[in-house]
Amino acid sequence: MVKVLHPGFYSSIQDMGRFGYRNLGVPMSGAMDSISAGFANALLNNHKNDAVMEITMIGPKLIFMASTNLVITGAEMSAELNNNPILNYKPYPVKNGDILTFGKLKNGIRSYLAVSGGFQSEIILNSRSFYTGITSQGLLKKNDLISFKHQEINQTNNQQPKGTINTKIPFYDTNIIEVFNGPEFELFSSEEQKKVLSVIYTVSNDNNRMGYRMEEEAVKHTKSIITSPVLPGTVQLLPSGKLVILMKDAQTTGGYPRVFQLNEKSIAILAQKRVGEVIKLKLITAI
Amino acid sequence: MTYKPFGESAILIEWPQIISKKILNDIRIFVAKIESENSENILELNFIYCSLLIIYNSKNNCFNEIKNTLISLYDNKLIVPAKSEKILWHIPVCYDEKFGIDLSYLSSEKKLSVEKIISLHCSVDYTVYGIGFLPGFLYLGGLSDKLYFPRRNSPRLNVPKGAVAIGGNQTGIYPQNSPGGWHIIGNTPISLFDVKKETPCVITPGDEIRFKAITKEEYEVIKIAQKQGSYELKRVIHG
Repeated sequence: MVKVLHPGFYSSIQDMGRFGYRNLGVPMSGAMDSISAGFANALLNNHKNDAVMEITMIGPKLIFMASTNLVITGAEMSAELNNNPILNYKPYPVKNGDILTFGKLKNGIRSYLAVSGGFQSEIILNSRSFYTGITSQGLLKKNDLISFKHQEINQTNNQQPKGTINTKIPFYDTNIIEVFNGPEFELFSSEEQKKVLSVIYTVSNDNNRMGYRMEEEAVKHTKSIITSPVLPGTVQLLPSGKLVILMKDAQTTGGYPRVFQLNEKSIAILAQKRVGEVIKLKLITAI
Repeated sequence: MTYKPFGESAILIEWPQIISKKILNDIRIFVAKIESENSENILELNFIYCSLLIIYNSKNNCFNEIKNTLISLYDNKLIVPAKSEKILWHIPVCYDEKFGIDLSYLSSEKKLSVEKIISLHCSVDYTVYGIGFLPGFLYLGGLSDKLYFPRRNSPRLNVPKGAVAIGGNQTGIYPQNSPGGWHIIGNTPISLFDVKKETPCVITPGDEIRFKAITKEEYEVIKIAQKQGSYELKRVIHG
C-alpha cells in the first residue's frame, strides 16, 4: 500500500487504456506517454498493461507502507527517496515507511511511477485507468491509499529488476510530430494542405488529458462533417483555423474535419510538451 | 462505401454521408457479422450515423489484410447474424417545471404551449444513431422540426444527470452531470449508464426510444425502484 501525503498537481493511476466500450461512448484513457509508462513496467519485469502512476508537472509526496521496488520514467522531476536523490530509469527497492518526494521539473511534464506488479486500483470496465464518470475518482487526493502486491525485497536473488536504460537523450526531446493523413485531409485544397503542414504550432494553455489545442490559426474554413468516430491522436481542424489534437481521455466521436492522425509515439512526444512549446507536423505515409 | 486507413491501427469505413435509417441498419448488420466472427484481430468497434471505426491488431495484420477480410465479410450473404432485432425502449420523462427549467422560455419563443411541446416530444420513435460525447450519451434522430431551437449561446456549467434537452435539430439525455448548451425540458429518473453493470448501457446504436411523460410522483417511485434494482426499462422487440 502507498499513502498519498500530498497529491501533486495532477496525479492519476493509468494502465494502457480501456478497450471494448468505445461504442458506448467510453473514452480510451490510459497513460498519455505510453512509451515511458511501458519502460517503467519493463524495468520492473511487470506486465505491459500493469497500472502506473501518471504524475504531471508537480509530483506528489508518497509514503510506502510495504516493501516493493519502484522506478520512475518520463519527465525528470528531481525525485528523492527519504531525501536522497534518485535517478529516473533505475529501479530502487523501498520498504515500509520510505517517503518519495519530487522537486524541480527539469524536462518533459509527465513522469511515470511504477511498482512491482503494478498499482491495484479498482478495475472498472476492464481497466484500472482513472476517468471521472467511470471510476470513482479522476485524480489522486490527499490521504488516498493505493494498494500494490507486497513483495519481499531480496537484494541477492536474480528476480531483481533489469538494469537502467540509457536515456541521456529522451525520445521526446524532439519537436517533430509524425502524422498520417486523416479521413478529411482530402477535403482541403493542396494549398490549404501545404499551409496546415507548414505552420509551426505552439501548445496553448488549453491542454490536458482530453486534448491539446494549438495557438495558431492555420486554415479557416466552414467545412463540417456528420458526427463520426475519433481516436486519441486525431487532429481536428476547427472552423477558426486552430488545431485540436485529441489525447487519451478524448470523447469518442466528433464533428470537425479530421485532418491528421498521430501515431502512438507522436502522442507520447506531445504528452511531454507544455504551454508555449512548439511542434512541427511531419506527414508520413500510412501502411 | 469507402475503406480508409485511420492512423497506424484503425480503419474507417464510410457509407454515403447522409443520415438515414437504411444506412444505419446496413452498418448494424455488418457489425453483427463482424462480432459473430469473434476475431482476435478486431480490438474495438465504434459506429455512429454513417461511419464505422474498427481498431485492429496491427502487430498481426496490415491494413490491406483487414480491409480484404472485412470486404468479403460484408459481401457474404450466407452469414445471418442472430442478433438483428430492433428494440424500442420506453424512457420515462418528467416534464414538470421543477425539471424542465427551459420549457416556459421555449414555449414563448416557439409560440407553442408547454403541453404541445411535450406531446410533440413524446410522439416520435427516435432512432439511436450512435453513442458519444459522454459515456451513454445517445445521438437521437427524429426530433419534430416544430421543436428545432438553436442551442444556448453560453453553455451551462452544470446540467444535471438525466436532463432531457433540445439543441438545434437534436434532442438528448445527459447521462451524467456535465456542462451543456441545450435547453432543458425534463428529466428521466433512469440511469442510462451504470459502470457497475456488466452491460453498462443497455441501449445500443440502432435501437429506438420513445419518451413517456410521467408525473413527479411517478418520477420519485421509479427513482427509488431503480436504486433498489427493481426497475426494468420497458422494451418492445420488433423486426
